[in-house]
Amino acid sequence: MAHPTQLGFQDAASPVMEELLHFHDHALMIVLLISTLVLYIITAMVSTKLTNKYILDSQEIEIVWTILPAVILVLIALPSLRILYLMDEINDPHLTIKAMGHQWYWSYEYTDYENLGFDSYMIPTQDLTPGQFRLLETDHRMVVPMESPVRVLVSAEDVLHSWAVPSLGVKMDAVPGRLNQTAFIASRPGVFYGQCSEICGANHSFMPIVVEAVPLEHFENWSSLMLEDA
Amino acid sequence: MAEDIQQKLEKYRTAPFDARFPNQNQTRNCWQNYLDYHRCQKALDAKGVDTAPCDWYKSVYKSLCPLSWIEKWDTQREDGTFPGKI
Repeated sequence: MAHPTQLGFQDAASPVMEELLHFHDHALMIVLLISTLVLYIITAMVSTKLTNKYILDSQEIEIVWTILPAVILVLIALPSLRILYLMDEINDPHLTIKAMGHQWYWSYEYTDYENLGFDSYMIPTQDLTPGQFRLLETDHRMVVPMESPVRVLVSAEDVLHSWAVPSLGVKMDAVPGRLNQTAFIASRPGVFYGQCSEICGANHSFMPIVVEAVPLEHFENWSSLMLEDA
Repeated sequence: MAEDIQQKLEKYRTAPFDARFPNQNQTRNCWQNYLDYHRCQKALDAKGVDTAPCDWYKSVYKSLCPLSWIEKWDTQREDGTFPGKI
């Protein structure tokens, strides 16, 4: 989850998010270098007594500051496109989960074998136990097996919502009448938090998402328990 | 043929990648498999043949389609107001 005064991304919990994180580091470094250079040039120009009398015909520098930006843009574009195509690869999911957005909670359906479905409401602040996170915890979590490709089909039952989990690098709009597909692999066991990312009414800020990645046996035990409880 | 279907169903994990629906919007994938299952049922029933091959489509649409959509369509079929052609 995010912590107070955090500036950067949350730790990556999926291979795609790791790639995005590294790409962001790369792009931001380029941006910071260029900004530093420009700032230096501005201060140098402002604080010199020299003036330039020859203001015509500077072929060499013109060529340099045309070619160099083009090269820099290519250096940004290539990793970016690599990640874009990586995210678009055909994957072979082990599991399909449907995440349905409602006003104001999510419901999850695991229907590959049995009909397992349950609602996931935010835990109100006054009901939190010590150590739990305000506005982020839910009564039922979306449990997934770790290191398995999971397909999530996102939709909504009333208005627009959006299913987002930053540490997994996933965000997908929930549109009524439409099934939006996204996929992820949880590279490590853990609990990953997200929040509804499309304005959907009074309690838009109070319908969080919690994904819990566990070893396969734990996932199987959990789904049997959930089916019994239903 | 029937044995292949049985094997495929026994090894079923989840709906596999369908090249007819390669993109983000899987609405049509769910709809098509729902239609295909009921058309298959209707056609094989009419011939008096075992409808086991149709179970593949059922597994796929159960994996993909939200439960509320399936309930709504089942009710519409019973009422005769289902918009698809079966």
